[in-house]
Amino acid sequence: MTKEDLIKPEHLVYQKPRLLNDNNMHYCPGCSHGVVHKLIAEVIDEMGMAEKTVGISPVGCAVFMYNYLDIDCQEAAHGRAPALASAIKRLWPDRLVFTYQGDGDLACIGTAETIHALNRGEHITIIFINNAIYGMTGGQMAPTTLLGMKTATCPYGRVPEIHGYPLKVTEIAATLQGTAYVTRQSVHTVAAIRKAKKAIRKAFECSMTGQGSSLVEIVSTCNSGWKMTPNAANQWMEEHMFPFYPPGDLKDTTDL
Amino acid sequence: MAKEVVLMKGNEAIAHAAIRLGVDGYFGYPITPQSEVLETLAEQKPWETTGMVVLQAESEVAAINMVYGGAGSGKMVMTSSSSPGVSLKQEGISYIAGAELPCLVVNVMRGGPGLGTIQPSQADYFQTTKGGGHGDYHLIALAPSSVQEMADFVGLAFELAFKYRNPAMILADGVVGQMMEKVELPEFRPRRTEAEIIAQCPWATTGCKGRRPNVITSLELDPAIMEQRNLHMQAKYEEIQAKETRYEELDCEDADYLIVAFGSCARIAQKAMEHAREEGIRVGLFRPITLWPFPAEALAQRAEHVKGLLVVELNSGQMIEDVRLAVKCSKPVEHFGRLGGIVPDPDEVTAALRQKFIHP
Repeated sequence: MTKEDLIKPEHLVYQKPRLLNDNNMHYCPGCSHGVVHKLIAEVIDEMGMAEKTVGISPVGCAVFMYNYLDIDCQEAAHGRAPALASAIKRLWPDRLVFTYQGDGDLACIGTAETIHALNRGEHITIIFINNAIYGMTGGQMAPTTLLGMKTATCPYGRVPEIHGYPLKVTEIAATLQGTAYVTRQSVHTVAAIRKAKKAIRKAFECSMTGQGSSLVEIVSTCNSGWKMTPNAANQWMEEHMFPFYPPGDLKDTTDL
Repeated sequence: MAKEVVLMKGNEAIAHAAIRLGVDGYFGYPITPQSEVLETLAEQKPWETTGMVVLQAESEVAAINMVYGGAGSGKMVMTSSSSPGVSLKQEGISYIAGAELPCLVVNVMRGGPGLGTIQPSQADYFQTTKGGGHGDYHLIALAPSSVQEMADFVGLAFELAFKYRNPAMILADGVVGQMMEKVELPEFRPRRTEAEIIAQCPWATTGCKGRRPNVITSLELDPAIMEQRNLHMQAKYEEIQAKETRYEELDCEDADYLIVAFGSCARIAQKAMEHAREEGIRVGLFRPITLWPFPAEALAQRAEHVKGLLVVELNSGQMIEDVRLAVKCSKPVEHFGRLGGIVPDPDEVTAALRQKFIHP
């Protein structure tokens, strides 16, 4: 088969998602954000919602999500993305509205907005990137930082007497009556990526069929903040993050 | 058709006007003395008639960010609160101003600082006109002095907000919010259709059908670009200052003394002015309606032929700074104010006028 034959559309087995543009991403090599962006771009396109979606980007590393996804986006104040999304979805009920938030944004400064949007059963999806550290500001302690984990603001390791305990927001979300689909995924292997994509698809379908709010946590790596190679970060995540943040569905009351 | 005149509170008038003017969404949180806005909307159930969204948020912070989201998507959205709640909204207001979005924020002021009191005050003049949130921005600030103006300014605020893509505030006080007066409510106007919103707000996040994606943000890391964005906003503010000042003058033509007052204080000052004129003191009333932009030029002209100006406020002296700047210290400018939720009697104002200017 010649190269010309190979690039014919009928022979295509993989391509960059149409909604992911060519802007250079500012994410560090090995970071999970790029993979999750790709999955979101694919799912929106596959659902035929490219022209009816509004994404809300957070404050944190994903603040520039709108530079990479070719959809309408709003940039929220730190932690407030679920409030923006709640209003937009209520004002434009036939739009797909999602937020994309990190652990500091969602589980710390925006805990109130997150819990209440989920508990109101807003027909929105919250994508929650949990890498247990503040990436954008340079590796400070997050609400989800594990006990013993070292960060710039707990350089000797997180201890409960000083710093309190890591917060399992996804477990809390699963107890709320307003949520219909609550799941925890990762994107560090091909198999995990496939599962995470299915979860994002289900969450978006849940939003569009009005069955309740959805939370998709992606346990992620921040190899820069963790000061590890990408491979070592993936391994560390499996060994340390997964025992405390175990992947899998926590709640599914959808008919999807 | 006979005009429909009803008796209601200022807060209720805001709610009824919003429904009738086709407002798309209200997001609020209860706080005295403005809770009747949300209560009236909840009682009226406009989601069953006009389709207006009404939502009680988990906090003032969430409510203003709901407004931020809704405004970014091109909808006519508003919130209301009172002083402590409006302090919480300042972050969101700064973002809305930075992203250049139209919306309406109503502040029915109560006494502060801190939790303060639930009684009326005008102590948020500085917060409203000099900043409030972070960054170089201005709100268009309208100060109603009657229940009729509470109703009328909902439409005016949205008109100006959309004209300039800038947040507008109705800066009322607990008196105007709580007092009952007769009011003629605006005619019913349908909410804009999706096509009308997209045509009016081509910048909004309505879903990028047939166009490049829109982004609503106040973020720009390149300082050279950020400076240009700021300069663009400053040019807009200059245009607003040139075109949108509003004020009312009462008996100013022959006045030897001017009382300058806004909101409920202007109503008290009007009675004080009448009493003073009965005593033979020729007093006029200058009432700024837009607090920002401040009607400095009109006030300066009117002040040319007076002997002195008395600024009457429910605070320790905030608008007086703008009055002094307006008259450029060419005339004596004195202040009379009551603080912490106390509303003065007209006689106190007349006495202050006498004491400061007639028999000092």
